[in-house]
Amino acid sequence: MDWKRYGFIALIIIVLVGVVVLVGASQDSPKVIIVSMLTTTIAVATPLTLGALCGIFCERAGVVNIGIEGMMLAAAFFGWFGAIYCNTILKMPKMPSLLFGLLAAILTGGLFGLLHAWLSVTFKVDQIIGGTVINLLAMGISGFLNRQLFFESGSIFGGQVPHAPGTLPRIHIPVLADLPVVGKIFDQQPITIAAILLVVIVHFVLFYTRWGLRTRSVGEHPRAADTVGINVIRMRYANVIIGGCIAGLGGAYFTLESVPSFEPLMTNGRGFIALAAMIFGNWSPFGAWAAALVFGSASALQINLQQYRAYIPAQWAFLQQSYVVGLVPYILTMLILTGIIGKTTAPAADGVPYEK
Amino acid sequence: MATVLELKGITKKFPGVLANDNVNFDLQSGEIHALLGENGAGKTTLMNVLYGLYRPDQGEIFRNGQPIAMHSPKDAITHGIGMVHQHFMLVPVFTVTENIMLGAETIKNGILARREVSGQIRELSRQYGLDIDPDTFVRDLPVGIQQRVEIVKTLYRKADILILDEPTAVLTPQEADDLFRIMRELTSKGVSIIFITHKLKEVLAIADRITVMRAGRVAGTTTPAETDEHRLAAMMVGREVILNVEKKPAEPGEEMLQVRQLHVADQRGLETVRGITFSVREGEILGIAGVQGNGQTELVEALTGLCRTRGGQVFLNGHDVTGKSPRPVIETGMAHIPEDRQRHGLVLSYPVADNLILCTYYLPPFGVNGVLHNRAVDENAGKLVQAYDIRTPSAYTVVSKLSGGNQQKVIVARELSRSVHLLIANQPTRGLDVGSIEYIHRQIVDMRDRGVAVLLVSAELDEIMSLADRIAVIYRGQIVAVVDADKVSRAELGLMMAGSAQKSEAVPAA
Repeated sequence: MDWKRYGFIALIIIVLVGVVVLVGASQDSPKVIIVSMLTTTIAVATPLTLGALCGIFCERAGVVNIGIEGMMLAAAFFGWFGAIYCNTILKMPKMPSLLFGLLAAILTGGLFGLLHAWLSVTFKVDQIIGGTVINLLAMGISGFLNRQLFFESGSIFGGQVPHAPGTLPRIHIPVLADLPVVGKIFDQQPITIAAILLVVIVHFVLFYTRWGLRTRSVGEHPRAADTVGINVIRMRYANVIIGGCIAGLGGAYFTLESVPSFEPLMTNGRGFIALAAMIFGNWSPFGAWAAALVFGSASALQINLQQYRAYIPAQWAFLQQSYVVGLVPYILTMLILTGIIGKTTAPAADGVPYEK
Repeated sequence: MATVLELKGITKKFPGVLANDNVNFDLQSGEIHALLGENGAGKTTLMNVLYGLYRPDQGEIFRNGQPIAMHSPKDAITHGIGMVHQHFMLVPVFTVTENIMLGAETIKNGILARREVSGQIRELSRQYGLDIDPDTFVRDLPVGIQQRVEIVKTLYRKADILILDEPTAVLTPQEADDLFRIMRELTSKGVSIIFITHKLKEVLAIADRITVMRAGRVAGTTTPAETDEHRLAAMMVGREVILNVEKKPAEPGEEMLQVRQLHVADQRGLETVRGITFSVREGEILGIAGVQGNGQTELVEALTGLCRTRGGQVFLNGHDVTGKSPRPVIETGMAHIPEDRQRHGLVLSYPVADNLILCTYYLPPFGVNGVLHNRAVDENAGKLVQAYDIRTPSAYTVVSKLSGGNQQKVIVARELSRSVHLLIANQPTRGLDVGSIEYIHRQIVDMRDRGVAVLLVSAELDEIMSLADRIAVIYRGQIVAVVDADKVSRAELGLMMAGSAQKSEAVPAA
C-alpha cells in the first residue's frame, strides 16, 4: 500500500469529521466531536475490518470469497441464538452466555468457510456462484430460523423473543484509555479490540511466517507450490476455514457487541463493503483496515450528524435527510473501486481452481 | 564414473497411448545426458515418472544402485533430484530468497530466516558462478536469470541430479551459451544433468551422451562424436529428413505490405510496438527475429486487424488497411497463420470441414443467401484434406482430436488455398515435430515462389535463418536492424536480438 492511498484515506476521514465539527459547533466543542467521531469510526469499522481479513485469507490462498456477507449474517444469527439459548434455556449467567454465543458465531463462520472450500476447491464450482450460494443460504437459514424459533408459538422460546443477555462489555485498556481527552477512543468493546489485534497478527502471519509464505504461494502460483511439496488443496481449505472463522467473529459484532438483537438481513451489505476494503487495501491487512476506517467514518458521519440535526444550516438542508448521509458509504465504495487512487493487484491465481 | 541413476524397463500407459514402452535410461556421475525426441515421443512422461509426478505401470528406478520408490515430487527432492521445468515454477511477486526457500523454509523463533537463507544463496551463487541477487523480486529478472534461480532452487535442496526440461526454448542465443557454461560448471562440481530438448545443434554442442526417444521407445543412445544432425534427426523421426530448406534465390517484385511508424499497445495499455516501419515485397520472405515478448504478438495482431493501433499506417497491396477489422483485411488478400493455433487459428470443437471454411463461409459456393451449402463444404474439405495431406479419420472429425501438426495443416490449407497476396506466419512450427516442420517450411517457400509476400515471425533463429530472404530484428517494440539473411551470422543476430545493435549500423529497410 502506497502513501498516496493512505493520504487519500486520511483526507476523506478529515473531511467527514470536519463536516460534523462544523455542523455541531454551536452545540459541542470540536474536541468532543472529534473524539466522538473517531470512537464511532473505529467501532463501526469492526465488521468491515474482520470481513476484509476473511477475504484476505481466502484470496491470498487463491479462493475468491464474495460470501463474506452471508458468513457474517449467519454468524450474527447463530451467535445471538447461542447466547440466548445459554442464557434462557440453560440458565447460564450473562457473561458465559455471551462467550458461548461468540464461540457459536466463530464456528458458524468456520463451517460456512468449510462449505465454500468444499464447493470451490474440491468441486471447482465457479467461485462467484459458490459465494452467491453462501449468501443466499445464510439469508434463508437465518431468516427462516429466526421466524421458526422466536415467532412460532410451538418453539422452545414459546413464540416470543426472550430477553437477550445484553452486549459484550467495554474493556478498559490500561494507560491508553486513561489518557486525557483521547482516552475515550481506546475505550472499546472486545470484538473491536480483537479486530485491531488481528490486523497486526494477520500481517505478521502472512509476511513473516512459513504459513504465510506458503499461503501466498498457493494463491500466486499453485503449481510452483505443488512442485516443492506443498499441498495446495489442504492450504486452500485451511485458509478459507480460518477466513470463515474471522468472518464469524465479524458477524458476532452485529448481535453481541453492537446491539443485543437480531434482524433479518441486518449485515446490510457490510460484507460487500468489506470486500471493497480488501481490494482498496491491496489485499494487505493494514491497507484493508485503513480502507475499513474510511467506510467506518462515513457511517460515523451518519450516526453523529443525527444529534446535531437541528443545527444543520439551511443551505445544507439536504444533510437533514438521513438517507442522503446514509448513501455516503456506498458512494465511497463505488468511487474507490473505480480505481481513482491507482490500481491494485489481486493474487495471480485468485479464483482459479487448481488442476493437477 | 559411477552410475548415479538408472531407469529400468519403464512402461507407462495412458488411455489409448503407450507413452513409455520398456524404456531404459541411465545417468553417470558428472555427465550431461541429453534426452532427445519429438513432441509426444515420451520424454516428458519419462521425466514425470522420474520426478514422482506419475507412477509407472512397470519398471524400476535405481539411485546409486539402490531401488527407490517415487510417489511425489517430495520423494524426488529427498533423493537429490531437482527439476527445472520448461515453464518456470517461480512466484513473480516473491523475492529470489522467498522462491528458493518455499517448501524448505528455515525458521528462527517462528519467523522466516530470510537474511540467513539469502546469505546461503549468495554463497551457492558464488560457488557455481551463477551471479544472482537473492533480494530482488523474480518479476524484475530477465528470463535467463529466472532460470538460474530455478537451478539454485534445486541446489539449495542439495540436488546432485538436475533435470532441465527444454531449457533453451525461452532463451536468446547468448543466454543459452551462458546456460551451457553453467551446465559445464555444475558437472565439474559433481552434478549430473539430464538435458531434455528437441534441438539437434544444442545436443551436439553440450551433451556427453545422447539418448533419442521415438514413439515411447528408446531409438538409440549415442555420443556427439559418433553422430551428426542428419543421423540424429533420422533417429528422431524414423526416416531421412531434409533439415535445410532448399530454396532458390528470391525474386522480389512490388512492395506488397508497407508498415509505417506503427504503434500498438498491449491489453494492459503498455505500448509494445513503438514506431515500426518496414515493407515486404512480392516473392520474398521477411523474417522478424526476436526473443519472445518484444512486441511480435501485438505487431501481428495489429497487421491482421485483431487489435487496434495507436498510430501509424498499414498498406496492403496499395490499400490502406490501418485499423480495419479482420474481414476486410482478409478480403484484401491476407492469409494468417496465428501464433496460438488452438486459440486463434481454429474452432476446436468444429469438424475439420467447418474449420476449412472459416474465412469464406459467407461467400459462394459455401454461403448462398445466408444458407450454408453442405455439399460445397464437403467437396472443399475432401479436396484440401488430400492436397495438404491432413491426417484425419474423416473430414467430420472434430479438429481438437488431431495432432498439433495436423491441426496446423488444417490452418495452412485454409489460409493458403485462397488466392492471397500476403502470408503472415507467426511461429508457424512451434511445438511441431520435425516431419511437420519440414512440410510447413516447404509450403511457405512455395508461396514465396508463387509471388506471395511472406512475413515470418519466429523465435527460432534457425527457422528465420533458413527461410527468410531478409531479416528484421525486433527488440523492445522497435526494429533495430534489417539485414540480408545470407550476410549475417547467428552470433550477430543473437546480439541484435539482445538489443546490442546500434541503429546507425543497421542496413536501412529496403
